[in-house]
Amino acid sequence: MYETNYHRAGTLDEAASLFSKSDDPKFLSGGQTLIATMKQRLAAPSDLIDLGHVPEMHGICEDGDAIAIGATTTHSEVAASELVRSKIPGLAKLANGIGDPAVRHMGTIGGSVANNDPAADYPSALVALGATVSTNKRSLPAEDFFTGMFDTALEEDEIIVSVTFPVVEKSAYAKYPNPASRYAMAGVFVAKHKDGSVKVAVTGAGQDGVFRVAAMESALSSNWSADAVADISVSADDMMADIHGSAAYRANLVTVMAKRALEAAG
Amino acid sequence: MGVEGIGARALRKEDKRFITGKGRYTDDIVLPRMGYAAFVRSPHAHAKVVSIDARAALEMPGVDAVLTGDQLVADGIGNIICGWMIHSKDGSPMNMGAWRALEPEIVRHVGQAVAVVIADSQGEAKDAADAVVVEYEELPAVVDPIAAMADGAPQLHPEAANNLIFDWDIGDEAAVNAAFEQAAHVTKMEVHNNRLVPNAMEPRAAVADYNEAEEHHTLYTTSQNPHVARLVLSAFYNIAPEHKLRVIAPDVGGGFGSKIYIYPEEMVCLWASKRVGRPVKWVCDRTEAFLTDAHGRDHRSEAELALDADNKIIAFRVKTVANLGAYMSLFSSSVPTYLYATLLSGQYDIPAIHCNVKTVYTNTTPVDAYRGAGRPEATYLVERIMETAAREVGLSPADFRRKNFIRSFPHQTPVIMCYDAGDYDATLDAALKAIDYDGFAARKAEAASRGKLRGIGMSCYIEACGIAPSAAVGSLGAGVGLWESAEVRVNPVGTIEVLTGAHSHGQGHETTFAQLISERFGLDTDAVSIVHGDTDKVQFGMGTYGSRSGAVGMSAVVKALDKVEEKAKKIAAHLMEAAEGDIQIEGGELKVAGTDKKLTFTEVALAAYTAHNLPEGMEPGLKEGAFYDPTNFTFPSGTYICEVEVDPETGKTAIISFVAADDFGNIINPMIVEGQVHGGLTQGIGQALLENAAYDENGQLITASYMDYCMPRADDVPSYQLSTHVTECPGNPLGMKGCGEAGAIGSPPAVINAITDAINNNDLTMPATPEQVWQLCQGSMKMAAE
Repeated sequence: MYETNYHRAGTLDEAASLFSKSDDPKFLSGGQTLIATMKQRLAAPSDLIDLGHVPEMHGICEDGDAIAIGATTTHSEVAASELVRSKIPGLAKLANGIGDPAVRHMGTIGGSVANNDPAADYPSALVALGATVSTNKRSLPAEDFFTGMFDTALEEDEIIVSVTFPVVEKSAYAKYPNPASRYAMAGVFVAKHKDGSVKVAVTGAGQDGVFRVAAMESALSSNWSADAVADISVSADDMMADIHGSAAYRANLVTVMAKRALEAAG
Repeated sequence: MGVEGIGARALRKEDKRFITGKGRYTDDIVLPRMGYAAFVRSPHAHAKVVSIDARAALEMPGVDAVLTGDQLVADGIGNIICGWMIHSKDGSPMNMGAWRALEPEIVRHVGQAVAVVIADSQGEAKDAADAVVVEYEELPAVVDPIAAMADGAPQLHPEAANNLIFDWDIGDEAAVNAAFEQAAHVTKMEVHNNRLVPNAMEPRAAVADYNEAEEHHTLYTTSQNPHVARLVLSAFYNIAPEHKLRVIAPDVGGGFGSKIYIYPEEMVCLWASKRVGRPVKWVCDRTEAFLTDAHGRDHRSEAELALDADNKIIAFRVKTVANLGAYMSLFSSSVPTYLYATLLSGQYDIPAIHCNVKTVYTNTTPVDAYRGAGRPEATYLVERIMETAAREVGLSPADFRRKNFIRSFPHQTPVIMCYDAGDYDATLDAALKAIDYDGFAARKAEAASRGKLRGIGMSCYIEACGIAPSAAVGSLGAGVGLWESAEVRVNPVGTIEVLTGAHSHGQGHETTFAQLISERFGLDTDAVSIVHGDTDKVQFGMGTYGSRSGAVGMSAVVKALDKVEEKAKKIAAHLMEAAEGDIQIEGGELKVAGTDKKLTFTEVALAAYTAHNLPEGMEPGLKEGAFYDPTNFTFPSGTYICEVEVDPETGKTAIISFVAADDFGNIINPMIVEGQVHGGLTQGIGQALLENAAYDENGQLITASYMDYCMPRADDVPSYQLSTHVTECPGNPLGMKGCGEAGAIGSPPAVINAITDAINNNDLTMPATPEQVWQLCQGSMKMAAE
């Protein structure tokens, strides 16, 4: 690891101020990607600004017909939350399957969402559930937030404060993990909203990060079942390809995981 | 812990310090004034080193020195050697290219070191290594061994035209050709044995300390064989004569073969310590380990099996190309020759075998012995073609194997080995029963009702351990003898230190060797300590690899114990005025048979050291040493059966059950043996399903971290069902065969045979990744539809 300066911010304003005064700063949340990258000497921020002690960024609460999750809330806290488990079971299940126990006890929803790793689990939940991302500057819908692989609408000094998920009628997530890294090779989140609309969002497979599958959504609107998506495939042309799986294989996994998510959703 | 002799499931004495974090590994050693080494490594697979500019690095904080290959060569440090001479079939010696610990002219694989920085801290050393500016002129690279042999391919070493190291033959080619003329059926297949990265839990490390006043070097290092390291460093690399060089291998966290060899980095630390006048430490990081630890396997083979009309094997013909990487590592030449082709007879009575092996340089990390070393490659080939032939001729896999089993011993194979003992029917029967082979059809039907493809596959392996009779391996090209030594020191209070040339890096020697003494003298195992891993303490030793510590290392201990016992009995007889032949050792006491006269072991030991009343002419003390040279290899064998379920939608294979029925000869500690089998099976399953060292066409290792290189995890493997059947090894005093590698040797073909059975498609290569299996399922479904 290259030498770096560590700062602990106590408030959002302090975090923003520290950021503006630093050479080449990075915000630090759970550090499950950033610290590992720094240890490999692949990232060398001059300053780390730790957001883990900003009170309003942490915790889970009910907000009308929605659940708001603070950005520094860990995956294990989301997975264990009775509120999330009872209202949006698919989200709790997703959080419980991120990485391994050590990652889940350190990694945070805000960090994961801000990093927008194309194989991360959370982006699929945010998009399928129609979540809202609130920052220290504004609020914006998930679909506008994720702009491409490792790319988001966040400005350089913008900090995610919380993510708000509407409570839906049904939700489930199924992923096929990369055998080595256990990141998603295809992760499909299905959500049946209270207005009857359906959203299907896929992570891990697409070249541009998370994406929706319109054909599956329309089929499911009239027939919420695994059978409805069994013959719907996504185009391999838009899928990632690497040593772990070709584009055609990933396209197949999207259909299979969609079926399994629907079986789990009931 | 009490008296825990041979056969006891004694808990491991060493685990207290390992589990509580009190182990002492090389990285735990901190010496005053110590500097840290960081290597400057090539990002290119093949390139000329045009210039190295260290000026900026030398200006950085804490930097002591930047050393390069030119300085290393100028100081007379020798090239890294391969210690086993192989001659090609035309009689010419192998073509070995020069390998320098720091390369001044041409780098030949990604990660090869060209310079080293010594600094006050590890961080400063790494920062400065990044600042060393190396100008390279890239050369075309070749990573595929077949392509490397083609005319016009990039050439790695001037000594090896077409990158061919040797073209070697074993067996009677004419006899094989004649038998194939008579064959009623011939099974042919291509078999690829995938390249693996060893991944010991503890990466390599070294602390080198040069004492200028005494002109003496000490090297603490992660070695499986510190005496061999000292021998090679002294005799070939000109570091220092042996009496001026002490090598200590303290606690070592796993080796799997990868810590047998003497690598550039450890040598450079020794040399650098003298150059800079301070101790130098280097600890390999995981990326460096992927790029520089000797890899394993990487064979491409074509095999043909000839059967007569009664489905008896009449001949076996194999052609293998082995990729040895960019340089010849210490034992690299022996692995695809005498440790491989000599096992091609498997458990079967095959009258004629011929094997041709070509070894090739490529722009990849050097390849050497890795858990099993040649025997996994042989077993995979034999057991894949046995399964395939059985399917082709319509016999059950078990019946076809039984038809060809060797049943009388000793059995001379056509490829050097003389099997001394075994009972292959017994282990096959045990495995078939354990997995309920007869019930498989019902289980397959039940799985099909859930949409899963169930398959079953077996592997009847044999391997050769206890390496090896020195004269025999010498005649085959080995540069060293492969005996072992031991010393048994009885202290005046009757406790015992056993000094062994074997080295434990996970094997549990401190427990099993103590059990041997406990058994022999009836002493508490806590009264025994095992000393190993230090060339200043242990007289000599060839180290631990090839599952040799029991069969060879313990045999040396037995010889020393024989001498101690003889002397102790003489003293006891003298003191109790009895005939030496009447003295019996039992329960920690020396007794006169048929009387109530007895002395404790402690009383006899004390008498030996007080020397007040010893037999006329006897030297004081009770300490004996021995060297043991084996008379033959040992031949562990067994049957493994694997049952899998394939999910045809994703191609994912789940191992439902795995049974292992092994014959390791006599067993000292069943718990430790089971642990060895569990680990070996898991490594073998890793090779079959998950692990693969993959290079791109430019020679970049694209699986250079755990993000891409898939190690087996606990949830990838089932709870194993193990059993052992004992046929005693007649070749050593304890009747032991060895258990350290069998699991890794025997399991890959069982897994692949099971998957090919499940998907009804034999065209599967390791690792059986989900995508590959899915693709084959697509093909099978398409064929079925057509």
